[in-house]
Amino acid sequence: MQNIEGTLLNFRRIDLLASENSFIHRIDARVKILVTLFFIFSVISFNNHEISALLPFFIFPAAVSTLGKIPFSYILKKLILILPFAVMIGIFNPLFDRHVLVSIGSIEITGGWISLLSIIIRTMLTVSAGVILVCVTGFNTICQALNQMGIPQPFTTQLFFLYRYIFVLAEEVCSISNAYRLRSVTGRRMGISTFTPLLGNLLLRTWERAERIHLSMLSRGYNGVFNKIPVTPLNRTDLKFLFGWSFIFIVLRFNNLSVFLGRLITGIVE
Amino acid sequence: MHMSDALISPAVGSTLWVISAGTIAYCSSKIGKESDERKTPMMGVLGAFIFAAQMINFSIPLTGSSGHLGGGLLLAILLGPHAAFLTISSVLVIQALFFADGGLIALGCNIFNLGFFPAFIGYPLIYKPLVNKKSGVSPIVPAAVIAAIISLQMGAFAVVLETVASGISELPFTTFISLMQPIHLAIGLVEGVVTAAVISFVYKARPDLIRTPFSPATTSGYPVRNIALFFLVVTILTGGVLSWFASKAPDGLEWSISKVTGKEELKGPEHGIYAAVSKLQDKIAILPDYSFRNTDETVINHANFTSKLSTEEKSRLGKSTSGLVGGAMTLALSMLVGFFLRKKTLQTSKIKP
Repeated sequence: MQNIEGTLLNFRRIDLLASENSFIHRIDARVKILVTLFFIFSVISFNNHEISALLPFFIFPAAVSTLGKIPFSYILKKLILILPFAVMIGIFNPLFDRHVLVSIGSIEITGGWISLLSIIIRTMLTVSAGVILVCVTGFNTICQALNQMGIPQPFTTQLFFLYRYIFVLAEEVCSISNAYRLRSVTGRRMGISTFTPLLGNLLLRTWERAERIHLSMLSRGYNGVFNKIPVTPLNRTDLKFLFGWSFIFIVLRFNNLSVFLGRLITGIVE
Repeated sequence: MHMSDALISPAVGSTLWVISAGTIAYCSSKIGKESDERKTPMMGVLGAFIFAAQMINFSIPLTGSSGHLGGGLLLAILLGPHAAFLTISSVLVIQALFFADGGLIALGCNIFNLGFFPAFIGYPLIYKPLVNKKSGVSPIVPAAVIAAIISLQMGAFAVVLETVASGISELPFTTFISLMQPIHLAIGLVEGVVTAAVISFVYKARPDLIRTPFSPATTSGYPVRNIALFFLVVTILTGGVLSWFASKAPDGLEWSISKVTGKEELKGPEHGIYAAVSKLQDKIAILPDYSFRNTDETVINHANFTSKLSTEEKSRLGKSTSGLVGGAMTLALSMLVGFFLRKKTLQTSKIKP
């Protein structure tokens, strides 16, 4: 079984981190979503073999996670989990791209290895941005923001409900899997013939739960319409955050800061 | 594993996002006009159900590996295409945000690859028509299997197209396809079987839950015999027909060797054990290099009709024969291994006082 308890703990950890109060937490959620998306967009718009121009982009996750009080170890753990999957696809690059691009002394580095490194750096940047977004915003606030930005109501309602009931269902699956493990004689993983009635039962219980939820909604006055959340206007801090970071991303995208700093320092040394 | 941002180009990401967002908007408008008000909590709770169900691993028979339910087809059968698409999308959003399972820009691609095909092609175009037939025999298992296989094949193909179009990964199209499609064939088979099994189970208890009624004639368990038969037919087809198109081009190892040494195969030493064993292998190989022996005419002339065939047809027949023979022997061998191992584990798991 996958670690169901770990999944629940992960949700709760993120909720805890999102309920902090910091400068970043107080920024409007819509701005945070837009800045994160723009960040990811800028990162993935580089060509295959770019490495040095990508490195300055680490300033965004570093700054936001520090100001937002997200522990660095937490982000690192997530990155370590995700990295093998990116490498799995990227590992073919050194096999297929054998043009030598860089020679350091007698060591020749082919384009394949450079693009693999580029993929790894991209993964680290994009994944950390996503993790930080949800840790400084919180899922319910993100859903509200999506609604305010124009995502249709049925979908955001779906997201709210899903999040609410994941905890309930995950705990049920937890007790199912514990019960199975305690009662199974061979200790092996369950086969399809065991899995089917377990899941079928869970599905029936889930369906009946949903019907009860619907009845309780009706008895509390649900008439099929959810009230739209009022759109709060953006204040000056929000706008400064939005335009400030966007400007930085555009500058970094079209100017290689690493090379610039390198030339500056070697120029001074010479 | 869902697609990550690192392998997507902005063009591909934005295009797929536009398509997915458009489909979400379309489905949302359909749901908004939905008369069945139970839909709203139902979608949310079933989404949570699918999310939780994906965490239960079961072992796949005849192999050692484990799998988990995908859920796309199951949701489509329970909720209909539009609600199912929204539900799958919402589960993917949660996975992307909380578990970094798929990037945020790549979310558009993932929603399309994993949601669109089961909801709008697998269910309405394949499962529903097959299940609605008025025959006495319940067709859920083949219907679900075919629907799941086709949905997953199309999803996998979409992943390959998107990755290759992005140009970040150097993996060539043909190599990627040859990796993705067979794996997802197997995954689709398991998904179809499990979906059919769960639907049958649920139908016995609450027939009103299943939107497309079917006769409950054979809804007991999942017929292993039919699955094995299906496998056999596929093996025969692949070995018998598809082997004709087997490429004469060198395979990966031969290609690498030829690049390094100039030849496709390295010659072994002339004397000693290696030479003795390789002489033995030459003698006993029935179908050397996957075709009939050229030197041993007796095999071919025994069947009178083959002497009248052209060399092209002879080589095809040779390849088909090797394909079929090889396939049958592999099948028999794997069944023997599985059977033997099963006996062994049953013995070792006996409770000792």
